[in-house]
Amino acid sequence: MATDIGPPDYKTMLPPVVRRNYGKWLYHEILKPGVLMHVGESGEALYTVRAGSPRLLSTDTLREICEIADSYCDGYLRFTSRHNIEFLVSDQTKVEPLLLELNRMNYSVGGTGHSISNIVHTQGWVHCHTPATDASGPVKALMDEIHEYFVTMTLPAHVRIALACCLNMCGAVHCSDIAILGIHRTVPKPDNSRVPNVCEIPTTVASCPTGAIRGDMKNKTVTINNDKCMYCGNCYTVCPAMPIADPDNDGISIWVGGKVSNARSAPMFSKLAIPYLPNNPPRWPEVVDAVKNIIEVYAAGARKHERVGEWIERIGWERFFSLTGIPFTDKHIDDFDMATETFRSSMQFKWR
Amino acid sequence: MAKSETPLLDELEKGKWPSFVTEIKKAAEKSPMAKDLLHQLELSYKDRIGHWKHGGIVGVKGYGSGVIGRYSDRPDLFPNVQAFHTIRVNHPSGWFYKTDALRSLCDIWDKHGSGLTNMHGSTGDAILLGTTTDHLQTCFDDLSEAGFDLGGSGSALRTPSCCVGPGRCEWACVDSLDLCHHLTMNFQDEIHRPMFPYKFKIKISACPNDCVASIARADFSVIGTWKGDIRIDPAEVEAYASSGLNIQREVCDLCPTRCMEWDGRQLKIFNEDCTRCMHCINLMPKALRPGEEQGATILVGGKAPIVEGALLSWVLVPFMKLEPPYGEIKDLILRIQDWWCDNGRSRERLGELIKRLGMRTFLRAIDIPAAPQMVKAPRTNPYVFFWPEDIQQEVK
Repeated sequence: MATDIGPPDYKTMLPPVVRRNYGKWLYHEILKPGVLMHVGESGEALYTVRAGSPRLLSTDTLREICEIADSYCDGYLRFTSRHNIEFLVSDQTKVEPLLLELNRMNYSVGGTGHSISNIVHTQGWVHCHTPATDASGPVKALMDEIHEYFVTMTLPAHVRIALACCLNMCGAVHCSDIAILGIHRTVPKPDNSRVPNVCEIPTTVASCPTGAIRGDMKNKTVTINNDKCMYCGNCYTVCPAMPIADPDNDGISIWVGGKVSNARSAPMFSKLAIPYLPNNPPRWPEVVDAVKNIIEVYAAGARKHERVGEWIERIGWERFFSLTGIPFTDKHIDDFDMATETFRSSMQFKWR
Repeated sequence: MAKSETPLLDELEKGKWPSFVTEIKKAAEKSPMAKDLLHQLELSYKDRIGHWKHGGIVGVKGYGSGVIGRYSDRPDLFPNVQAFHTIRVNHPSGWFYKTDALRSLCDIWDKHGSGLTNMHGSTGDAILLGTTTDHLQTCFDDLSEAGFDLGGSGSALRTPSCCVGPGRCEWACVDSLDLCHHLTMNFQDEIHRPMFPYKFKIKISACPNDCVASIARADFSVIGTWKGDIRIDPAEVEAYASSGLNIQREVCDLCPTRCMEWDGRQLKIFNEDCTRCMHCINLMPKALRPGEEQGATILVGGKAPIVEGALLSWVLVPFMKLEPPYGEIKDLILRIQDWWCDNGRSRERLGELIKRLGMRTFLRAIDIPAAPQMVKAPRTNPYVFFWPEDIQQEVK
């Protein structure tokens, strides 16, 4: 069997209208939430209808999506970098019937412009071996609660939410307007009966960014300096005999104000808002409430086009904490690498 | 009515957003694997802990990448997910699909796996979620037959991905789709056979809006940009103004370099001060367009926190023309990977290595000249290293 054939050539997947106008698009308009119109120099238009997806899709649902695309889009569709489905319509008269069909089948159409688009997320308990929380569950619970922000464009600017179920951050959530991050809070427990059989000691020692792990060569295992461990789980990834998951202490942290776009302000990291919320399946009410609160305070206070991070930079972190009612604690003050760069060295601060 | 076996997950079938639980249940009607997945997940919801073990080494002949081994830690309860491996399938550039291609993926997956997918995973691949070891090779063979190949995993070049680019976007300054396809085809060996200290990601965005977040997560970020003046259509500027856009407040006042002036009739741009942030173009796509001389900025070092902390990519090549066959960028990637492989420790990402050995050393090794675009400001500390040739060797 042939190997290294590479992915299918994207050119074979492009609708004819895209092939004709490739690289010659002139402008676009958002006709209504979830509906885009791109117009080429030729005057031809391509209509995109964006629908939300749970990311985890059965083949039955994929076939259903294919049927819709066959009926309205000559068999062409795409997915976005935030897991949404985009139906690519070249015939304007099919846009409204497609919207009706999607509505009938309970697909949510939206995620364009000043909205909350689909939440980029990881595998969680569905399929990962290192998670500190589930991924799909909190995302579903939150998207139900903020659904209105997906199907409308009433926010001051784009709000990009992402969830990673552990610090490995598959997909890198650390530059999101609001990041939901699964965290461990307890030290891994080396299983001395298994470490000698399944782990390479030097690799395990080297995996620790803070030097908390020492080799115990006599017993062919490792010991941990609990005070130095910050629960990143990197050792568990290289040595499965050091489980770190802890049902009572694992949970979720919330980070705010990151972005990747260069528009107006430079790309920035998300910063810590809430250090810990408990894992409360199936609907994670504490997490949903906390995120919703941040969104609503932002929506009420930000100026038009201001991203969450830009809003916070304008009003100051002092006021972010007072407006949201989130308590500021010693956990918000960095004590890792380069911490001092975040300390204030000026008199230019606010009282609240 | 019989009591539900998954009362916790059933709660997540309520509400307006499409439910992943419904998807698992749909697959469970046909697949015993999906059924056991559902019940194991319910147990996770009860126990508040994952029930998957580390993957062992599984894969397909000739490849070290593309399959993630996964085993249940409760095979006694859920024998059908005792092994439940992930297959990463390299997606077409920009995630465009014709339905016949998608259907062939579905048919192959119904034959070999659980019937569950991620469209798509965070690295970009189409993820086929859950199969047994004995199905891996036959599934791969069927995928090849249908024109699909595996993506990267482990300490390999991860599947390159890109934004929609010139396929649909008027802002595209580089052909992100074509470049992504070219690089993916060129580096097949590095994608399929892990040969690096750790993962290496290439993500391509065709403009500074960076729709694939390349600056945050790619070791090698390609972001389209331009030189020269923003193109203005004055009539369309006026049309935006008369349709209610407050050009002074929404465009000029939010310009980070304040390089625009609006007198109520005419928009003036002082292009020498513009940093090409895209804000004005984003607001007035009909009236403003990127300049005509287009290319990309190459940035390096971006990553998430593990191991030494998160990094945003740093500017390496301020401007590079990117046209087929893309020799210059391929050569640069090879030089960078060679230096990283020669110097990197196990699990040390490119950005961490640059931090450890210094940008100065890195630039010299890959033969890229220093440029002011690389820094926010020159250094403030006086601990400056000099190369031996900078120094007069024989002191009198």
